Amino acid sequence: MIDNPYVPLLFFMTLGLLFAAGSVGAGQLIGPKKANAAKAMPYECGLQPSPKAEEGGRVPIKYYLTAMLFIIFDVESLFLFPFAVAFNQLGLFALVEMVLFVITVFVAYAYVWRRGGLNWD
Amino acid sequence: MSTLLTLAPEFASVVALPAADVPPSVPRADFSDTPIWLSAVKALLLFVFLLLNTLVVIWFERRVIGRMQNRPGPNRAGPFGLMQTLFDGLKSLFKEDVKPAAADAFLFTLAPILFATMAFVSFAIIPLGGTVNLFGHQTPLQLTDLSVAALLVLAVAGVAAYGVILAGWSSGSTYPLLGGLRSTAQVISYEIAMGLALVAVFLYSGSMSTSQIVEAQRNLWYIVPAFISFVVYVITMVGETNRIPFDLAEGEGELVAGYHTEYSGFRFAMYYLGEYINMFTVSALATTMFLGGWHAPLPFNLIGDGYFDSGWWGLLWFTIKMWLFMFFFVWLRGTLPRTRYDQFMAFGWKLLIPGTLLWVMAVAFIRGAQLGFLGDSSIAIAGREIPIATLIVIGVLLVAVLVVLWLWETKMTEREEAAAKAADVPEEIDPYAGGYPVPPLPGQRLREPSTYPALPRAGATATVVDTPTVENKEA
Repeated sequence: MIDNPYVPLLFFMTLGLLFAAGSVGAGQLIGPKKANAAKAMPYECGLQPSPKAEEGGRVPIKYYLTAMLFIIFDVESLFLFPFAVAFNQLGLFALVEMVLFVITVFVAYAYVWRRGGLNWD
Repeated sequence: MSTLLTLAPEFASVVALPAADVPPSVPRADFSDTPIWLSAVKALLLFVFLLLNTLVVIWFERRVIGRMQNRPGPNRAGPFGLMQTLFDGLKSLFKEDVKPAAADAFLFTLAPILFATMAFVSFAIIPLGGTVNLFGHQTPLQLTDLSVAALLVLAVAGVAAYGVILAGWSSGSTYPLLGGLRSTAQVISYEIAMGLALVAVFLYSGSMSTSQIVEAQRNLWYIVPAFISFVVYVITMVGETNRIPFDLAEGEGELVAGYHTEYSGFRFAMYYLGEYINMFTVSALATTMFLGGWHAPLPFNLIGDGYFDSGWWGLLWFTIKMWLFMFFFVWLRGTLPRTRYDQFMAFGWKLLIPGTLLWVMAVAFIRGAQLGFLGDSSIAIAGREIPIATLIVIGVLLVAVLVVLWLWETKMTEREEAAAKAADVPEEIDPYAGGYPVPPLPGQRLREPSTYPALPRAGATATVVDTPTVENKEA
């Protein structure tokens, strides 16, 4: 008898890991190895590869902004999940509380929208 | 819950929570007769089930796409070409696995393994059927069930995003880096809307355990009360799995092949496999959350006192429902072109996320009214007791939707009029005014020239047209 429901999950993950690592390893063992300089170059459709900046190059600021916005809304859904699960035990107070919380988040959302934070270009 | 109470006793007193845990209305899957060796066997069976499904779905996709494009698709290897995927896989095992010189050796290998492993994990919590007799033990057709099972799927999807961004970064090449960034931004943007869409389901089921959610849908599938959530979920699941029309991470016109440009051999095959297993996972979750999981569809669940709605039959219904979603994926691929990246992000951030959030609040109010939080009085309509609060909430929501639609329409009309004014298109143009024929804009008339310009005669020199054009003057 299992007390911990995560043990079968661990079995399953181990199977996946063994399969993935095993087959990648097998592919490296079985596959041919004929190295040449052109193969080892970055693939850019046959053109000379573009030069790389130090430390991997710069990333457009948009991705950073998207990540920050993701954190805001992800934390918000973190509050919504327990609220939803325990809803029938919480009552009217929690409902009003959640409305206020969502309004607060929408203020931030409206600000980001007005400042153009949601426009890609 | 108890942690919350100990942390904030004053909060608890305000809310007046019931003292003990309220017993859930529907039972969870019972794993008490499942020894640990049986769990291992079940893990292996589920693994084989998933791999077989993947082998078939790649063949299925190519055949169906083929039919949609008036060609037969792969039909040579084995009966109906069924062995095609297996042979393709074997072939990639015997291909060279190239690692570019600029790649980070460790991460370059780790990323596909991580991606494929994470793709498998989520399936462990999906209930595939009812309780069956397996090797002399009564055990549910579900590997394991957690009280936060639905959350696990979202968490694992978050970790799988690492497989993508690490692949893009470790390749040491421009296109994979851009593809990896794009894909990650895409996955995290749509994950929010996906999580919010599921909140409506949790509101109805009062649980995140998948077996309980399925059990709560025995009488009514959540696609009915949470229809908008279902629509949002279906859109986001396409975005999450990087499939057409949202496969921007692999836009071959712009990024060669996106994050896996530098991958070949079996490391590439891991991405290919992971993508299809991810499709199965999101389809299985959609089935579990909205389509009643393994429960039989309507005419069958009434036959023989639920005979078709239990045990191994559940596996059949579940597989059919999951494959309907797989067909939907293929259908989309055969039908739609790829969206533009800025359109895709704007759709996610400006429509899906706020829209879903408002929808969740609406569901919370409807649910609150049903549970009697907003008053207990009810009236009888057509012999059924319906709480007045429910009617009021639904009425208010309908009015709100109408007002928003009206505002939207007014704004759109204004915008169109302003655009027409800004463009200031003359009603009639002379097509030859610039020296060469110009087609009319929409709604414009052409002024018929009284005499057509003389056609160039054979052997004539440059000055053919009498009216000098702008270019001629300048020259």
